[in-house]
Amino acid sequence: MADVLVATNVTKQFGGLTAVDNVDFSVPEKGIVSLIGPNGAGKTTFFNCMTGLYKPTTGTVMFNGRDITGKPPHVVTESGIARTFQNIKLFKTMTVLENVQVGRHCRLRSRISGMVFHSPFTKKEEKETEGRARELLALVGIERRRFQDLGSSLPYGDQRRLEIARALASDPKLLLLDEPTAGMNPQESEELTGLMQKLRTELGISVLLIEHDMKVVMGVSDHITVLESGAKIAAGQPQEVRANPRVVEAYLGSQA
Amino acid sequence: MSAVRNAFGKLADLDFRILIAVFVAVMVIFGIIGENTTNSDFYAAVITTIAYVMMGLGLNIVVGFAGLLDLGYVAFFAIGAFVMGWLGSAHFGDANFKFLASDLTPDAGIHINFFLILVIAAAFTALWGAVLGFPTLRLRGDYLAIVTLAFGEIVPRVFELSTSGFFGIGNTDFSNGRQGITPVDKPYLPIPGLDNITRIDLKPFFFIAFAMLLVTLFLNFRLRDSRLGRAWIAVREDEVAAAAMGVNLVRVKLWAYAIGAALGGFAGAFLATFNNTVNVDQFEFGFSVFVLCMVVIGGMGNIGGVVLGAIALAMFDRYGLKQLDTLPSKVGLDFDFSSVKFGLFGFFLLAMMILRPEGFIPNRRRKLELHEGEHEGGVASDEDLYSVRG
Repeated sequence: MADVLVATNVTKQFGGLTAVDNVDFSVPEKGIVSLIGPNGAGKTTFFNCMTGLYKPTTGTVMFNGRDITGKPPHVVTESGIARTFQNIKLFKTMTVLENVQVGRHCRLRSRISGMVFHSPFTKKEEKETEGRARELLALVGIERRRFQDLGSSLPYGDQRRLEIARALASDPKLLLLDEPTAGMNPQESEELTGLMQKLRTELGISVLLIEHDMKVVMGVSDHITVLESGAKIAAGQPQEVRANPRVVEAYLGSQA
Repeated sequence: MSAVRNAFGKLADLDFRILIAVFVAVMVIFGIIGENTTNSDFYAAVITTIAYVMMGLGLNIVVGFAGLLDLGYVAFFAIGAFVMGWLGSAHFGDANFKFLASDLTPDAGIHINFFLILVIAAAFTALWGAVLGFPTLRLRGDYLAIVTLAFGEIVPRVFELSTSGFFGIGNTDFSNGRQGITPVDKPYLPIPGLDNITRIDLKPFFFIAFAMLLVTLFLNFRLRDSRLGRAWIAVREDEVAAAAMGVNLVRVKLWAYAIGAALGGFAGAFLATFNNTVNVDQFEFGFSVFVLCMVVIGGMGNIGGVVLGAIALAMFDRYGLKQLDTLPSKVGLDFDFSSVKFGLFGFFLLAMMILRPEGFIPNRRRKLELHEGEHEGGVASDEDLYSVRG
């Protein structure tokens, strides 16, 4: 299978600190791959380099054969990468539905004149946007009666799901999930695993996952990459990674 | 106190179509009979107030929707007013240009039709809104406020000093210095009632202003409910998340600046004509604060609230103060309320912030922010962990 995302030699330095150190990484089409590592390993920094929030110090990021290295976030999103955030970043004072509608922003083409005069095109587009938002909310499993509530009033697990729906609204080819099960109970985590598989089979979306819950990671991933102190220390199938002594050491510490 | 709160809450819940219909009806009736039944001071104050409401609505787009604190809004008043002065007066005495203007205008100077200048002024100010907004795109909060404040000071001073060329280029007089440009052409349309407007009959001014207000309101409502309006609020809430959702921060912010400025120029151009003068003394920092107060007191981000806030403040400024001034002398005191105008505004603002920080008619969103701690399940606001490159 072809790779949708290929990151080559990505390094990110903050002053003297090397947060991500020369990492090669790729996500195959319709793949679910995970990035794991102890706290502070540079996982989220790596994510931010992929999505344009940070510009990598060196290295390149190719997406669908297009160089997106250091492109601003909205360009990256438009090219087909969407993400969620580790610390939920919903638009707190917008309704659930509006949150998802914002996610669709980069696919909308209405002009100012159309917005002001409600041109047929704008009307149609707005209607489609709302319809799509409702579909996506149903897909991630948020109850219809919560659609007009404020996003921030949802229970924690639903807020994470809402973030996923918002990300999906931009019609991504690749979805980056930053610790999506944090704060979820085991049952919710399991539902989320199911959702990820559904996204792959039904929408053909690849998923890149940062996760601490090993049950989720081992259960859903085709491929796992392990970071420690910014460097890639292992990569492979879940069973291989699980058995890798360096990974065990990184997580549990070496036996002195 | 709670009864008042409930009343305001119900007001906010009313179907806004009914509200608009009532508002229009009241204004039209007042426009027709107001000049004869109230004194002309009051009627003139209402006309000025309408123009101020437009400015409040313009600033509301920048501050209320997009969350960009602008302390230099007076710059756009100035630009709009000067465009009206340049294109609709005898100021440029060497030019002899008339376009769709009344035959009553003198031959010297540029005389373009008032309504056409309104459009030109709005477009020109929008351009300057974007130009002045551009350097501030990376700034937030306090830093943004300081830079916009500086622009608000710079623009009127540039006009004032451009009496012999613009930045030393050429030697055209653009502003007539502190004397200002006066008189300014009256509105003109070749239909009865609008073909010979004088400053004595204020009715045409009222209806022109009111029509402009309706255009402004329409624009505000439509934009609020558009994808651009959603993007503005998203940017206000969380720039990083907005950018990650595909919102082009640069474009969306520039639109907010441009449209907000355009409305300021639109209203400013009208005021130039209505006041019959374009004078740099009008363009003081205090005016920027005044407009900002309208937005804050009314309910930031809520269109109806801003209208109400602007009416309250502007009527107090234009009419209420004069009435207050008659009080001290009645009891034998030599005291002038106008001289402590800003003290009074400060007091009201303070009282508002303590009693009702979300404004008269709060935006549902803003209310949530201000009372966040009082609700259960409010997510603690996270710090800005990333900086977004524009």
